[in-house]
Amino acid sequence: MSKTDKLLLAVILFIAANIAGALHAGPIIHGAGASFPYPVYSQWAHKYNQITGVKINYQSVGSGAGIRQIKAKTVDFGASDAPMKAEELDESGLIQFPMIIGGVVPVVNIKGINPGDLHLDSKTLTEIFLGKIKTWDDPAIIALNPGIKLPSKAITVVHRADGSGTTWIFTHYLSAVSSEWKERIGAGKAVSWPVGVGGKGNEGVASYLQRIKGSIGYVEYAYALQNQLSHILLQNRAGEYVPPSMETFMAAAEGADWKHSAGFYVVLVDQPGKKSWPITGASFIILYKEHGDAVHAETLLNFFDWCYKHGDEIAIELDYVPIPDSVVEIIKSAWIKEIKSNGKQVWH
Amino acid sequence: MALTALTSKWSGSVPAVWAVWDVWDENSPDRIIKPVAGDRVFRWITTVCAAAIPVLMAGLVCVMVFNSHLALKKFGLGFLTSTAWNPITQEYGALSSIFGTGVSTLIAMLIAMPMGLAVALFLVEWAPPKLEAFFGTAIELLAAVPSIIYGMWGLFVFAPFMADHVQPLLGRYLGFLPLFKGPPMGIGMLTTGIILALMILPFISSVSRDVFKMVPSVLKESAYGLGATNWEVTKGVILPYALHGIIGAGFLGLGRALGETMAVTFVIGNSHRLSASLFETGNSIASTLANEFTEASEPLYLHALVALGLVLFLITVTSQIAAQLWLRHIIKKAGGK
Repeated sequence: MSKTDKLLLAVILFIAANIAGALHAGPIIHGAGASFPYPVYSQWAHKYNQITGVKINYQSVGSGAGIRQIKAKTVDFGASDAPMKAEELDESGLIQFPMIIGGVVPVVNIKGINPGDLHLDSKTLTEIFLGKIKTWDDPAIIALNPGIKLPSKAITVVHRADGSGTTWIFTHYLSAVSSEWKERIGAGKAVSWPVGVGGKGNEGVASYLQRIKGSIGYVEYAYALQNQLSHILLQNRAGEYVPPSMETFMAAAEGADWKHSAGFYVVLVDQPGKKSWPITGASFIILYKEHGDAVHAETLLNFFDWCYKHGDEIAIELDYVPIPDSVVEIIKSAWIKEIKSNGKQVWH
Repeated sequence: MALTALTSKWSGSVPAVWAVWDVWDENSPDRIIKPVAGDRVFRWITTVCAAAIPVLMAGLVCVMVFNSHLALKKFGLGFLTSTAWNPITQEYGALSSIFGTGVSTLIAMLIAMPMGLAVALFLVEWAPPKLEAFFGTAIELLAAVPSIIYGMWGLFVFAPFMADHVQPLLGRYLGFLPLFKGPPMGIGMLTTGIILALMILPFISSVSRDVFKMVPSVLKESAYGLGATNWEVTKGVILPYALHGIIGAGFLGLGRALGETMAVTFVIGNSHRLSASLFETGNSIASTLANEFTEASEPLYLHALVALGLVLFLITVTSQIAAQLWLRHIIKKAGGK
């Protein structure tokens, strides 16, 4: 056999194996939505497929598109960084629950300032993003950072240009701590920013931050870590200055009142607790309550159950925060109560 | 026909190729004409393909109008003149996007047009043939570079260079002009315009090069014979002769600059604001669409974005029509038909 023949044979065998695999494969679950949790969802899916043979096909098309697709019933589950309101869920017969937790981190690029050096409280942070505080040596910032020499450089705000769950969480925080922000700007996946430049995606914001001296922006925790951006210490509701970390995100998630929130609509920003990071948010999975095929519905829930039980290690490795066990209990009781197939409960 | 005649001569009977036609036209008096049916089929295929283009155009407009009617109804013509862009209060206006598209394209054309012509002239008139072949290929290769590469290069290499070297210099000497005010961030209108210029330069120069090559050498030689200088030959013979094609090259570049998306999104800064300074950030229609489409969940938001697309479509069509009219005017003035 010549070299080309061998190559050709290999290609044919590969294709044949794939086709055979596809024909032979077990159940397939289709999902679509948020891009922020995509790395962890795809890792979970890969591992789960190896163990059980169930294939999970997740497209990271954005939260908005994910919600549109689950409503159009083209996928088995949707995923969104921003929770849907309880009324909207009821209207379409949907149920949502948190799958993974992440934090949004304000980061700065000031010469000589290292990660964790700069202290800010909610008031100064809001005024920077409103464009009221214009330079780094503003008395309000100096008062919070007595030991640090701050330059008289202009502040450039960097925000997300695309609609995103990150912006949703960040603007909800600013709205929670400032009535002026709430009235003038509001909270949402995209807002009309009073100042600043917009980067596309976390990576766009991160690269603008690295290019522009004197800039401040906000990114997902994982991006701040991976790009070694200088995060700030932010004062939380209890008055403590906390760093962004697994521990402080967990503290915020545990402090929230999941049990009494209709449809798990919980915004984790500005949570009480001494250790809580104030800009925390969850990413949600959205399902239909009523399923025609009970076996398929159970397959679906089995996957999410496995993620809660065995997915923590993968999540932490990728800098995501797993859902606390106490919250998982509440989620499962919601499955038992609300997810049905022809009137019978699916999850036991 | 020649072929079939040949085959029939060889076989001495009805050739096999004819049999197909015979099935559906047994009684025709002259069979020799029949293979022309192939011609007729070919003509139909080409006609259908050509007709598909206006149908596609009309379909595009219909779909865009249908999917933007909420925004068009709510904002009317005010959509074109409003600078608001607020997804929270659901107010949308296209002015800052139109402005950004226009300014970045203008900068690109101002740079790329003279440069492209200069490159083409050099290659055709003065470069040794070997060099011409080399540079010609290099330029065509540049045209094949995907726009995302220009975008990333723009953000990671060119923007820092602008911020560290070009913008401070411009700010120091020309800072009294409103055009060059503001902090040197590297990204913004000026950087976008220059990157767009680099992207359309290969199109302009390679088309112009082909056009310049078609100028009959007899004309040029006569001019040189009369004692004209290089510049006089260029100005008096080559450029007027090639004008048609040069304008065509320009509009090819313009069309690309107007619609360029990825590279612009990387470096324009994506803020919905109007600013006189070229150092400031802005947005273009294409960059706004690229940024905001996936997460636009409210119907009015989506419709406003499609309306933006419609505006871009109209700008492109209008500029092409204007180009045609202008060309006709020039030809008339030059005494053509």
